[in-house]
Amino acid sequence: MAEGKPVGSVMVVGGGVSGIQSALDLADSGYKVYLVDRRPSIGGTMAQLDKTFPTNDCSMCILAPKLVACGRHHNIELITNAEVSIVDGDAGNFRVTLKKKALMVNPDKCTGCGTCAQKCPVEVADEYNEATKKRKAIYVQYAQAVPLVYGIDQEACIGCGICMNECRAGSIEYDQVETIVEINAGSIILSPGFDEFDPTLKPEYGYGRFKNVVSSIEFERQLSATGPYFGTVLRPSDGDIPKKIAFIQCVGSRDKKIGNEYCSSVCCMYSIKEAIIAKEHTAGVEPAIFYMDMRAFGKQFEEYYNKAKGEQGIRFIRSRVASVSEDPKTKDLILKYVEKEEPKEEVFNMVVLAVGFRPPMSSSALSKVLKFNLNTDGFCDTKIFSPVDTTRAGIYVSGAYSAPKDIPMTVAEASGAAARAGSVISKSRGTMVTPKEFPPEKDISAEEPRIGVFVCHCGINIGGVVDVPAVTEYAKTLPNVKFATNNLYTCSQDTQEKIKEIVEEHKLNRVLVASCTPRTHEPLFQNTIREAGLNPYLFEMANIRDQCSWIHMHEPEKATEKAKDLIRMSVAKAALLEPLEKLEIPVNPSALVIGGGIAGMTAALELARQDFQVYLVEKEKELGGMLKLLHFMPEKGTDPQQMLKKLVSEVEANQKIKIFKGTTVMNIDGYVGNFKTKLGSGDEFEHGVVIVASGAMEHKPREFLYGHDDKVMTLLEFEQKLAKGDVKGDNFVFIQCVGSRSEEYPNCSRVCCTSTMTNAIKIMEKNPSANVYVLYRDIRTYGFREKWYLEAADKGVKFIRFADGDKPKVEHHDGKITVHVKEDDTDTTFLFHPDNLILASGTRCNPDNETIGPMLKVPLTKDGFYLETHMKLRPVDFATEGVFLAGTAHGPKFVDESISQALGAVARAITILSKDMLEAEGIVAVVDEDICDGCGICQPICEYKAIEIGPHPKDPEKKFAVINIGLCKGCGACVGACPAGALSQKGFTDDQIVAMIDAALEEEVK
Amino acid sequence: MAEDFEPKIVGFLCNWCSYAGADLCGVSRYQYPTNIRVVRVMCSTRISPHMVLRILREGADGVILGGCHIGDCHYISGNYYTERRFEMMEKMIELAGLEPERIRLEWVSASEGERFSKVVSDFVSQIKKLGPSPVRNKPEVAKKLEGAENASKSFRMKALVSKEYNLLTKENVYEEMLDPERLRNLIEQAANDEYERSLILTLTQDKSLSVKDLSKIIDVPTDRVLEHIVALRQKNLIAMEHPDGFTPTYHAIIIGGE
Repeated sequence: MAEGKPVGSVMVVGGGVSGIQSALDLADSGYKVYLVDRRPSIGGTMAQLDKTFPTNDCSMCILAPKLVACGRHHNIELITNAEVSIVDGDAGNFRVTLKKKALMVNPDKCTGCGTCAQKCPVEVADEYNEATKKRKAIYVQYAQAVPLVYGIDQEACIGCGICMNECRAGSIEYDQVETIVEINAGSIILSPGFDEFDPTLKPEYGYGRFKNVVSSIEFERQLSATGPYFGTVLRPSDGDIPKKIAFIQCVGSRDKKIGNEYCSSVCCMYSIKEAIIAKEHTAGVEPAIFYMDMRAFGKQFEEYYNKAKGEQGIRFIRSRVASVSEDPKTKDLILKYVEKEEPKEEVFNMVVLAVGFRPPMSSSALSKVLKFNLNTDGFCDTKIFSPVDTTRAGIYVSGAYSAPKDIPMTVAEASGAAARAGSVISKSRGTMVTPKEFPPEKDISAEEPRIGVFVCHCGINIGGVVDVPAVTEYAKTLPNVKFATNNLYTCSQDTQEKIKEIVEEHKLNRVLVASCTPRTHEPLFQNTIREAGLNPYLFEMANIRDQCSWIHMHEPEKATEKAKDLIRMSVAKAALLEPLEKLEIPVNPSALVIGGGIAGMTAALELARQDFQVYLVEKEKELGGMLKLLHFMPEKGTDPQQMLKKLVSEVEANQKIKIFKGTTVMNIDGYVGNFKTKLGSGDEFEHGVVIVASGAMEHKPREFLYGHDDKVMTLLEFEQKLAKGDVKGDNFVFIQCVGSRSEEYPNCSRVCCTSTMTNAIKIMEKNPSANVYVLYRDIRTYGFREKWYLEAADKGVKFIRFADGDKPKVEHHDGKITVHVKEDDTDTTFLFHPDNLILASGTRCNPDNETIGPMLKVPLTKDGFYLETHMKLRPVDFATEGVFLAGTAHGPKFVDESISQALGAVARAITILSKDMLEAEGIVAVVDEDICDGCGICQPICEYKAIEIGPHPKDPEKKFAVINIGLCKGCGACVGACPAGALSQKGFTDDQIVAMIDAALEEEVK
Repeated sequence: MAEDFEPKIVGFLCNWCSYAGADLCGVSRYQYPTNIRVVRVMCSTRISPHMVLRILREGADGVILGGCHIGDCHYISGNYYTERRFEMMEKMIELAGLEPERIRLEWVSASEGERFSKVVSDFVSQIKKLGPSPVRNKPEVAKKLEGAENASKSFRMKALVSKEYNLLTKENVYEEMLDPERLRNLIEQAANDEYERSLILTLTQDKSLSVKDLSKIIDVPTDRVLEHIVALRQKNLIAMEHPDGFTPTYHAIIIGGE
């Protein structure tokens, strides 16, 4: 640790979804963040994806709001096009030198209008689209890119000078050179992501030689509406829609020959997704997936897989494809493979290679510059009990850089890394960020509306189509408009100054900008009018570029008329705008943590380290939860019981943690910042947030003679015996998926395969002559856990795969157990008489969820686990604000994953706890007490549980709807539903919307 | 149909998906006809049916609503409610004697820029085929739409439609699942009733009319008109004028309301 007070800032290296999440969490917790990316824009791999499994959400739709939030956050500084070159100092104070490549474009001047790229004569392969289409030498990576600044690809640029002539903003600077940026950071998070495996290294599949063999990421771009074929899958050889598409799994994964033994964790699921989407896009497409083990181990993944197999009609063929050859005439592809020991051949129109994850190219350079260790596969080295810590203090890691993983685990880890990075520098929270100061707001309540209209040319983007001067003149004739002008670029810095002066000079009290989209530019102009002393909600925008000039380029007259209409509509709304107040809610800086297992203890300890009071409630008499039963870990030299002891003593010794053992939560009242909890023990306390870490339990089987014979036991029961050295006999049989992946309980329990491996290895180590058989359906040792599968096999453990629906039979004869199993590949039946029959029994939810869930107003899944707000991007958040989720309460998972999630929940909680006051939404719903009769229809419609029906303030006999401003997100669902017309949404009132409608339909008097 | 008919279309787009898709459409320069005027809302569920009916009453030729794809709603479930409400809008428009094809609900994601242009182009040509809204030269259609607008504002309709999604997907207060067919019939019946009642109120605002008069104008059997009159009188919304002969007439009571 560096001497003195730490620096209150963090550098995040890599701006994919992982880095973005870490940056937002830290920036919202009072730290300055430098978000560094080697590419010109943030967004990473997720920005390239079409859809995401298992919800088939549109990837860009869910990512874009986070991109924008990052771009406009005043505590985040984006340093793009840059690489880390030197790092000095230690945890608490690193001195970092970055090399920033020249863009040749002045980012302060570039408005992102894109005229330069339209005119640039040089076309090159577009990396964002995996070279499936072309971009220009001056470009942005993708339409929604943040920052939206064009840059010149110096390798491609021919220096013709056209862009400089086209750029009306004067932003092109050919004389820019590489710059050195120096920053100080108290801690560092690494999230550089991964590279895809290069499929030319598997020449037998013909990638690069055969046009219709594509990689999965190329296929993803083909599926995307913004991809080369606008979402229709086409054969690169001839533009036909392929009818038969083969997906080949494990390309560059689970492959000793090419040196990647690990499993890439996500390919099975993304291939299923790609197959489903391809079929959705073109009916009649016949996808077939060639796989070794189907690894659908995540939350609700198995149901997704079952649906693909069933109603979606996707073929699954268990086989490793031996070779792909091409029919030179048709360019079709011939796959040779062996299924059930029988050689086969089949023709496909297209082949998709499910390429695995590699460490990023920058990995070894990063590890040298930042002095942390890589693992044997070149990924960042982490340990089970410290999953987001690198080997160097003050440097943390998240996302695919520590192991291949999916988006939800990445996002949870990113928050987790933010918690750890904040931990080092929590004493300096708030020291590097300066809240923006604004002049006091003018009181305009007594004034008539005085609207100022600013019409933008946007260079030639609007002005080249719409007659901007005519529109400006027209705007002057509209009611309440006291001033109208036009600007070359309304968003430029000098125009902001001009707007402020004009507001002052003409005593304007409402401002309308007619330019581009409010989705990107509203906050900028809102800031400007705040600086001029106006409430930011006295601002309105008319989108006459994205939704007018750009889409009506060949109809200038009609576009001009439309622009006038849009401005008339916005003026009508602007006249009705009111200043809105963002209410502030006080925050109690303490947390309730429910559950004292590994997740709960981790969360409690991390919160306490950062100086927040914690109330930790554990139902049992001792802390530890399920971890008390774990003895073998898929990591050499890690003893979980020793780790547990250490953790328990740390938690119990911490002054900031108040522990309540042997009691449960009876009641929780209140809302974000202000909860009040009562325990069964009678204790009561107040707190600002809740972290639910109440765990799960092992399924108790009702089959395979469990409970009828002492030789039959669950995996956890066996693990206890094995740890105690209490195991008899030489013959062991494990049966996998007991109580998982069944009709009754469709999902996979995620951890049983790996636990089976660690136990089986332990048996072999203690007794090398033991006979150990594992009867399974798919082995799901994802990520680096695959090595434990390989080690078990090396040590002599035998694996026998039975077919789904053809479970082993277990019988009892003369004190002996007989196990019959039919091996699916060979149709051979095996018979065993094990001394130990170990049932790899699945995970079940904690039954308490049914009582705690309603107290917190949070939902459960069909299986009874807690259901987070959003499966992809908000994995540890609930829709109820201030309530977070970690560990197996969310679904089955490993210790390291529980720890990551617990740390993630901590980071999310600190975004609230670190503030004295929370600022509520401005555009919230409000109730007219005189009209509302408390019918309660709005209450269940609110997803955020912001509405309660309470006694009427004027007449306690009557009821009415009370809106909790702290919870309202401003969607307007309740307003649309209110049958009495008592609810309205600020900023989107009925009057305002109707005024726009009426103005739209007003016959123009010209 | 006149070749030069340029329909007036109002669009409501949700901030997070369809408005973003429309922006992307612009960024990608996909062209579409100039007929649409967009109103941005945070979520498609904010749009009340009466707003859409008002737009049609004021002479627009079509209305298009855009939301996130089902399952993608930024506010978790808003578009499910929109879907239910949209069915009610179609029903009301049909009752008012207008083609339900004049309104459309589309899910457009933030990455479907090109699709947005296709959706708008397609809708514009659909409206062109339907021709100009009859509202402009047939005042009786406007009256009927006013009836529909008021019906969709009624407590009963808003309450039913707001409850519909939850009743279809979750257990009711008796912890039972409601038969969807039964609920559909009930809502359909309520829509008919409320529409006819609103229309009766609208028509009797200016002059008193008899049951037979009303039956003829709104094309509803006399016995049902009378049933509506009974219901409206119970709520003190309509009053009887004492007749000279044997045919009483009725007029709407303007003050007050539900």
